[in-house]
Amino acid sequence: MASLFGSRDRIDDLLTAPAPFVKRPEQNKGLLHPQRFMNMFGLIVFIAAMVLPFISATPYIISILTSALIYVMLAMGLNVVVGYAGLLDLGYVAFFAVGAYTSGILSTRLGWSVFETIPVVLLACVAAGIIIGGPTLRLRTDYLAIVTLGFGEIVRLTANNLAITGGPSGIHGIRTFSFFGWSFADGATLFGIDFNSKVLFYYFVLIVAGGLAVIGAARLGKGKLGRAWKSVRDDEDAAEAMGINTYRVKLSAYIIGAIWGGLAGVLMGSHLTAVSPTSFEFLYSALVLMAVVLGGMGSTPGVIIGALFISLAPELLRDFADWRYLIFGVLMVITMIFRPKGVWPANAMLPWLHRRSPMRSAAERDESDEAVVVTVPEPPEERRP
Amino acid sequence: MTQLIWNGLFVGSFYALVAIGYSMVYGIIKLLNFAHGDVYMLGSFTGFLLLGSVSGLLGTWSLPVLLLVLLLSMLFTGTIGVIIEKVAYRPLRSSPRLAVLITAVGMSFVLEYGIRQIFGPSPRVFPVRLAGDPIFFLDARITLPQIVLMVIAAALMYFLQRYVMKSREGRAMRSIALDTQASLLMGVNVNKVISRTFFIGSALAGAAGVMAGAYYGSIDFLMGFIIGLKAFTAAVIGGIGNLYGAMLGGLVLGLLESFGTNWLGGQWRDVFAFACLIAFLSFKPTGLLGERVSERM
Repeated sequence: MASLFGSRDRIDDLLTAPAPFVKRPEQNKGLLHPQRFMNMFGLIVFIAAMVLPFISATPYIISILTSALIYVMLAMGLNVVVGYAGLLDLGYVAFFAVGAYTSGILSTRLGWSVFETIPVVLLACVAAGIIIGGPTLRLRTDYLAIVTLGFGEIVRLTANNLAITGGPSGIHGIRTFSFFGWSFADGATLFGIDFNSKVLFYYFVLIVAGGLAVIGAARLGKGKLGRAWKSVRDDEDAAEAMGINTYRVKLSAYIIGAIWGGLAGVLMGSHLTAVSPTSFEFLYSALVLMAVVLGGMGSTPGVIIGALFISLAPELLRDFADWRYLIFGVLMVITMIFRPKGVWPANAMLPWLHRRSPMRSAAERDESDEAVVVTVPEPPEERRP
Repeated sequence: MTQLIWNGLFVGSFYALVAIGYSMVYGIIKLLNFAHGDVYMLGSFTGFLLLGSVSGLLGTWSLPVLLLVLLLSMLFTGTIGVIIEKVAYRPLRSSPRLAVLITAVGMSFVLEYGIRQIFGPSPRVFPVRLAGDPIFFLDARITLPQIVLMVIAAALMYFLQRYVMKSREGRAMRSIALDTQASLLMGVNVNKVISRTFFIGSALAGAAGVMAGAYYGSIDFLMGFIIGLKAFTAAVIGGIGNLYGAMLGGLVLGLLESFGTNWLGGQWRDVFAFACLIAFLSFKPTGLLGERVSERM
């Protein structure tokens, strides 16, 4: 102990990180800085999505694009649970149902504006997340998977059996969003261009789902809570030893996933103007899971690609409509065996964004390796236990 | 009352047959085989095909024919189970648990929608419908096929119990469940035993599938989903990884469901069963007969 706290210099020495053995190339600067480039890239994609209705605005295209964006939001929410926290949720669509039904019931039976139902939806989702996550998050991952599966079925069957949810036929006539008396249904004229309600709603979903949900989930994943999630995912015992309250961290991932799902449900209810129990079958939970798995668990660009693929593939490949679930299943197995991190792994970087040391031939490398011997500094005697 | 108990025991014996497969696989490699319910579905479709061709050949069917079909279907689903394990689960045995679970969900999708592509999405009518004159015993309405099916189920479970508890191969299975590494060192061929476990579990699920098809008369490609979930519930109630637990859990779940249906109405039957699952996992995750396991994740 005496040597450890001996002199002031010694402590400073111990506190500074040791120099790396191998000199790494510096990060790119300017536009090719990895983070900056990805942000710019995201912005370009966002603007492209903004411009899309000006190119073609048939109701069909706007409708499938809106659905695709809602899928992106769902997948980002599930990504928090599966990708960041490593909890397999097979009943994710239950939260989607909770959101859609809560908002649908309040807006059709009580005449609330859909916008006003959002606080209640948030409360309902948090409650649902705590009810299902609370008792089960202490258990093993596979128990959680099956309990969420059961919970998904409970929500669907309950919606199917109750009178207030409209039974098997569901709820009809959900109105679109309205703000202080002005609703999307009124349309709007900006800069001499008429926007009809569908296009306005598309823009709204683009901003909420494509912008806020994606950026929010991605930033949560990078923050303190996100790092806690990832450490729990990688090794729960080690995380606990590091002082992370694993139960609370897992529950928070679960609740955030529930909120994302519920808000996506509100958007979907408003988009389709109707909700029915058949939209909340296990199939849809599995589809969202596939979007996350195929794209890359924990990877924002990957999950967006996955969600767009899952939602747009059936529209693009009409001839294969019957085969798609079989193909998705095969893809899921193949992905897990051969590329478990998905098409865009979480720590992947586009090749032109990282700077490598210039490639050398094998002969050169042998020569220079002898010339430049990496000297490993001998650790001082006192530091050895 | 007697009727409710009888119905519960009858349905419960199906659950028990499927739950055994879940529980054995889980006990040995700690894998939740999501595709297990779909193997059950596969079994009833195999029985459907075989019965169709057999009754075409012989022009008639009888109990021995049904038993033969049952045996053939069991062989087929058992082989499929082994193939599933080889193709989908073995390459991932050392991967994180999440990866294997996702593969299992994918495998379940492959089976479900593969069958859908072959047989079409609409339900098929089983060529054989077991029905018979009811016998009344203590006010309970019991039919002969019910007794036959329960006897078959009981016989299968009895042979399984003898096999696992008395035979050399059964001892190998139990040793792997206790400690895979140590069994490997003791000269147990782990891969072979795991394959065999998948064979037995899938064969039993296939048998349950044929029997359910013959009894209820209608089969469809999604029928394995709910029964898989229920069988898992049964396995959890009994204590997952425990052979007797799976049998007991199946019967208990059958009884619970039978009484729950009586109190709440038929449309709440599945909700009640899954609520039981959640309640059990929250308050007694080790189940009725399971031992306390200290491992996590």
